[in-house]
Amino acid sequence: MELSKMTALEIGSKIKAKELGVVEVTKAALENIEKTDKAYRAFVTVCGEKALTQAEKIQKGIDDGTLTSPLAGVPMAVKDNMCTEGVLTTCASKILTGFKPTYSSTAVRKLEDAGAVILGKLNMDEFAMGSTTETSVHGVTVNPWGENRAPGGSSGGSAVAVAADEAYYTLGSDTGGSIRQPAAFCGVTGLKPTYGTVSRYGLIAYASSLDQIGPIGKNVEDIAEVLSVISGHDPKDSTSVKQDSIKITLDNNIKGKRIGLPKDYFGEGLNSEVKASVLAAAKKLEELGAIVEEFEMPELQYAIPAYYIIACAEASSNLSRFDGVKYGYASPEFKDLTDLYYKSRSEGFGMEVKRRIMIGAFVLSSGYYDAYYKKALQVKAIIKQSFDRAFEKYDCILSPTAPTTALKIGENLSDPLKMYLGDIYTVSVNLAGLPSMVVPCGFDSQGLPIGLQLTGKAFSENEIMNVGYAFQQSTDYHTKKPVLKTGKEA
Amino acid sequence: MEFLTTLGLEVHTELSTKTKIFCGCTTEFGGDPNTHVCEVCTGMPGTLPVLNEQVVEYAIRVGLATNCEITQYNKFDRKNYFYPDLPKAYQVSQLYAPICQNGHIDIEVGGVTKSIRIKEIHMEEDAGKLIHDPWDDCTLVDYNRCGVPLLEIVSEPDFCNGEEVIAYLTKLKSILQYTDVSDCKMEQGSLRADVNLSVRPVGTDELGTRTEMKNINSFKAIARAIEGERKRQIELIEEGKKVVQETRRWDDNKGSSFAMRSKENAQDYRYFPEPDLVPIEISDEWIERVRGELPELPDAKKKRYIADYGLPEYDVDIITGSKFLVKIFEEALEACGEAKEVSNWIMGEVLRLATDTSTDVEDINFTFANLGKLILLVKNNVVNRGTAKEVFEKMFKENVEPEKYIKDNGLEMVNDDGAVREVVLAVLQANPKSVAEFKEGNDKVTRFLMGQCMKQLKGKADPATVNTVIDEELAKL
Repeated sequence: MELSKMTALEIGSKIKAKELGVVEVTKAALENIEKTDKAYRAFVTVCGEKALTQAEKIQKGIDDGTLTSPLAGVPMAVKDNMCTEGVLTTCASKILTGFKPTYSSTAVRKLEDAGAVILGKLNMDEFAMGSTTETSVHGVTVNPWGENRAPGGSSGGSAVAVAADEAYYTLGSDTGGSIRQPAAFCGVTGLKPTYGTVSRYGLIAYASSLDQIGPIGKNVEDIAEVLSVISGHDPKDSTSVKQDSIKITLDNNIKGKRIGLPKDYFGEGLNSEVKASVLAAAKKLEELGAIVEEFEMPELQYAIPAYYIIACAEASSNLSRFDGVKYGYASPEFKDLTDLYYKSRSEGFGMEVKRRIMIGAFVLSSGYYDAYYKKALQVKAIIKQSFDRAFEKYDCILSPTAPTTALKIGENLSDPLKMYLGDIYTVSVNLAGLPSMVVPCGFDSQGLPIGLQLTGKAFSENEIMNVGYAFQQSTDYHTKKPVLKTGKEA
Repeated sequence: MEFLTTLGLEVHTELSTKTKIFCGCTTEFGGDPNTHVCEVCTGMPGTLPVLNEQVVEYAIRVGLATNCEITQYNKFDRKNYFYPDLPKAYQVSQLYAPICQNGHIDIEVGGVTKSIRIKEIHMEEDAGKLIHDPWDDCTLVDYNRCGVPLLEIVSEPDFCNGEEVIAYLTKLKSILQYTDVSDCKMEQGSLRADVNLSVRPVGTDELGTRTEMKNINSFKAIARAIEGERKRQIELIEEGKKVVQETRRWDDNKGSSFAMRSKENAQDYRYFPEPDLVPIEISDEWIERVRGELPELPDAKKKRYIADYGLPEYDVDIITGSKFLVKIFEEALEACGEAKEVSNWIMGEVLRLATDTSTDVEDINFTFANLGKLILLVKNNVVNRGTAKEVFEKMFKENVEPEKYIKDNGLEMVNDDGAVREVVLAVLQANPKSVAEFKEGNDKVTRFLMGQCMKQLKGKADPATVNTVIDEELAKL
């Protein structure tokens, strides 16, 4: 089997068994990126030399027994909104031009401590605002599953790097579906953990109360292992929950598990092929012993407006620090301080980011706060309650991830409202702070992947991952690979 | 037309916690620019705040010392505005649920006690400092102060004049010092006051339009700013003009204020709950523990000093007004038990030397118990009062131990009657002219003779004894 097609745990165990060396695996991965990424452009920064130096050190650690993680020596890559010490961190924005943090995000540091080899940084929508990875200053990332298809977003680079076998696993971030939707569109497995499970320290904030880092990988076992490394309380993040790292036990037994299908997520607007595929997956789970049942959650219809109000409000504040004064892009010519602010921000931010900053500043402005922001917080509370009620009856909620499969590049960018509506099945999970995982469950008639979304109550990662694991044990969607173009063909 | 003045105060005080409010950097004043900073307090992308619980503890202390209710479910909010000294472009503060509410401080002006209501006290972070470099014509930012914890103490508009404001600030400062939460050094910016002021004609009920004067950094300047602004507003009204609601900066050198920004240009701070911090719950136990640990506060101390020691109210006001004078008083008293004497020494020599040497009261640095010892040495006639003052100056400046210093320098009082008489006789002999004048009935020469004798005795004798001996010897002639 080709090295690049193996899973993270397979590579890890071969390294442990001395069948493969860390440097060898890293070199192969870098060569593979060189060959493949011209066509897909998942990477915005490749840290070749650094990765090889790291690989040598990690090999020593494995040899002397200090590095014991099953992921030690396995090459991976990180979404470009997570700080990496000494390595460009741009959030795919012009405004962070040249920004090299002096610190690493906690999730990255924990992986490094466990012996991860970091290959580089991955493309995304600018500041994670978007669902297509098209708003990046670095250009579009291409979905390997179809001609001119966008990978979804905002963690498009993270999904494509796994789908195109460029990295064994990646880190993404999910504020309204940014891990799950691209994972579904690229036929890979992705998890948004419960809010507070993974430290946000070093994750450049989009919407602080919704952002969560999570893994994208080739199957449930791989991302379960990644989760065990990156989770756990971080004293540097007050919103990280005071609990140890999560150890997932996958037992392939879902007999008697109660799975709910929210009717509201299978109605108008859902592509019929996606619907059929997700319902077939539900049937499969029923065959495996789960009890599947439909139920109603009408409150979900308010999720999108509430999400965009809260996310944009927080974003307008979070992104104010990018002002051209301290780091990143500063307009070369300006008359005075105000002019420096205006010009740097006007020139440094892209359209979508500006749109969301303006929405956010508006909903927080004096006289509108109660009508918008406060109301959105109330909706958030109602949605959380309605999930709580659902989880009294069900162990897990199954739904589509997105109304469609991957869109053509450019198809949605011109119509922001259409793009926002594409988040309909994912944003409520962030508002409620719940764990949610996407696993591949089929392909449409054009051969584009479809993903099903499994959502659980807070801190029930093990529950939903076990359902996903059982599904993957009896299906092979997650093992299907796109036909990759190499550099020459691209 | 007669006018009434209404004043309200917003006082910012920097807390003397060891570390900043949201990171581990030192709060120490000074330091080379941008050396007391890290990625958190400079608001670098991706960094997150972690609350220093000591700040909450200090806020509870101040709240209890100013008779406030303590908010048990605390949240922080973001105040958004752009300025280079604010690296995140928002200040983490408390708008919706300030930690302390509805308190009061009692002040006394002209013998009348008045209660000033405190609307709220909230926790927040300080900003950095902009330094203009005229040489290169550029502005530089120093983030050392960024993230130093602040309490903002907001009064109701209960003041009628500058005197009341100063009395309140004096009391507030002593409370902050007693409770050990701030050094209140105005010149270092650790106590800053914004003054809200309006005037209205006597006989009207509706308050006039107010202005706010920001960042006035001494009590004297505050008094001048209040007087200046009051006059300016009255003149406007008398000229038929309107007072504009605005923020003004008081220029103490010029003795006038100028407008910074008007209400129309007021910023919309777009406050919203800070999502990076979790709510802090303050338990009843926490509040009661802090209450139990509060030191005796200025009002209580003042009452006790008057009742227990019978000291004059004026002296007690001065001493209890400063935690540092209290420390001197109590440690010296402990060593000698002579309250009245200690009080006199503090009101006299201690404060005189502090003024003469331009030493801040908090920087007075000698072993205070030694003042008690010195008082006992005077009481026991080991040294006379005049010499004791010289000894004290040495103590004040060089922290000498009085008993040893007196011994080493042979400053003990000459109590030997014979030795005194010997000196007196010699002086009389050497000054026949004075003796002759005395015989002619000029009593005043005894003073001169006394001086001569004390000079010979190097000031070490009991003046009363010398006087008696001179009188005796002159009578014999």
